[in-house]
Amino acid sequence: MKVLVAVKRVVDYNVKVRVKADESDVDIGNVKMSMNPFDEIAVEEAVRLKEAGKATEVVVVSLGVKQCEETLRTALAMGADRAIHVETDEALQPLAVAKLLKAVADLEQPQLLLLGKQAIDDDANQTAQMLSALMQLAQGTFASKIELANDEVLITREIDGGQERLALTLPAVISVDLRLNEPRYIKLPNIMQAKKKPLEKKTVAELGVDISPRLVQLKVTEPQVRAAGIVVQNVAELVDKLHNEAKVF
Amino acid sequence: MSVLIIAEQQQSCLDEATLSAVSAGRQLGEVDILVAGHNVADIAAQAQQISGVRKVLLADASVYAHALAETLAPLVVQLADSYSHIVAAATSFGKNLLPRVAALLDCAPVSDVTAIIDTQTFVRPIYAGNALQTVRCEQAKQLLTIRTTAFALAEITGGEAVIENIAAVAAPQLSRFIERSLTKSEHPELTTAKIVVSGGRGLGSAENFAALLNPLADTLNAAIGASRAAVDADYAPNDYQVGQTGKIVAPDLYMAIGVSGAIQHLAGMKDSKVIVAINKDAEAPIFKVADYGLVADLNTAVPELIQQIKAIIH
Repeated sequence: MKVLVAVKRVVDYNVKVRVKADESDVDIGNVKMSMNPFDEIAVEEAVRLKEAGKATEVVVVSLGVKQCEETLRTALAMGADRAIHVETDEALQPLAVAKLLKAVADLEQPQLLLLGKQAIDDDANQTAQMLSALMQLAQGTFASKIELANDEVLITREIDGGQERLALTLPAVISVDLRLNEPRYIKLPNIMQAKKKPLEKKTVAELGVDISPRLVQLKVTEPQVRAAGIVVQNVAELVDKLHNEAKVF
Repeated sequence: MSVLIIAEQQQSCLDEATLSAVSAGRQLGEVDILVAGHNVADIAAQAQQISGVRKVLLADASVYAHALAETLAPLVVQLADSYSHIVAAATSFGKNLLPRVAALLDCAPVSDVTAIIDTQTFVRPIYAGNALQTVRCEQAKQLLTIRTTAFALAEITGGEAVIENIAAVAAPQLSRFIERSLTKSEHPELTTAKIVVSGGRGLGSAENFAALLNPLADTLNAAIGASRAAVDADYAPNDYQVGQTGKIVAPDLYMAIGVSGAIQHLAGMKDSKVIVAINKDAEAPIFKVADYGLVADLNTAVPELIQQIKAIIH
């Protein structure tokens, strides 16, 4: 079984981004970039399926600027077999990403498509759902457990009140939650090996996808800053402030 | 402008999140509600009473029993012609369904809207709430999920909507529901509670988490939340998690106990009206957003707190 995993290059999760002075965008000029943490979990899961003898090949795909190659090399170092980079300097919105991924999936014909449940930059949480709709496949979003069984995949989903289990007909699209696994630490020899693994380049034109943005970003602003609070000396003072000043009980 | 709200239900009750979606919808135009499910006449009757609703579309069929996106999406798509906007709450239900509908309509959805500027312009948080993005969409249709804490609840009485029955729409069976296990709690629901007490890694163990936070929550009639660290350490179930990847809350009072205050946690609670932090580490980032901070050992501070609050409110 072939598994296709989509990975996104984003600002590292530890970086607190700043808004540009002209409010045109966030300033990510010189900040550390990494693989989206949810996508790392998706790659880890695919590699585990391969190690368990359930997947035969793990293909990773990333869409975007030249530096996405680094993200793909990271995925290869984690154990993916080969990579596809759809290179473009255009800003891609989730619908365009879903269409590009469908075009790649049409060529690759994977049985399982794994994505992170959301990217930590746009926080959209849309791509997997849109991809499965475009491909007319089952969707298993926010998965915290994945088990393969014959022509189905059984998943546990994180939902608001707890969890639910679904059986999806294969091929299927799954978006992964934090709870699914703990991604492995990459060792130096793996990084060296990853350099030799195939990384294929594709263009948007080749895939024949319209990626024109549907949403126009008018501005990006700082959220309202909270007024500085106070440090109280003891529990009695805290209770007094909450009762008499904040009046919350 | 006419707006279709996709209703959500929990155990034969209309979910409160739907009421936030209705009030967001009313800012956009005339509101109809779609109630899809199995044996949901009661829920349609509740939806009918919501103030400002024009029509309830009732799709009662066994295929809709478990709210699977694969079967619900074609139903919504079929109704889409009559609407300029389709709105759902940004809950796990809404996040699961709406982007699927959007793709079938070849439309870019807008997630987690916190403010509506006009019928085509919306504000939403990005980068874990560290920036606010204003987007304009000039598509024929606008599909939105709304952040429930950013919109007041529509009144549940005073409405006189008519109910219109609609037939199920054929959809390929791609997925099969197996089971659902809900976390049982005697406390209010996390996303709508007026007071939330939240625990982090500082609680030290599942036993301590329960032993300290349950009585505090009981005393304040509060919901219990948790940081990712506490959830990962199995101190609390996953659905207690507050943050960028968990639930977004904005209660009147949020008490962060033994929570350091990572960016991802702050994303889920920094719009709370009053924030209290109790932490023994005076340098913890949570103190930067707390209105009242107490640097103390939570093992002694929390029992003391419970006792003193009881003395006041009972």
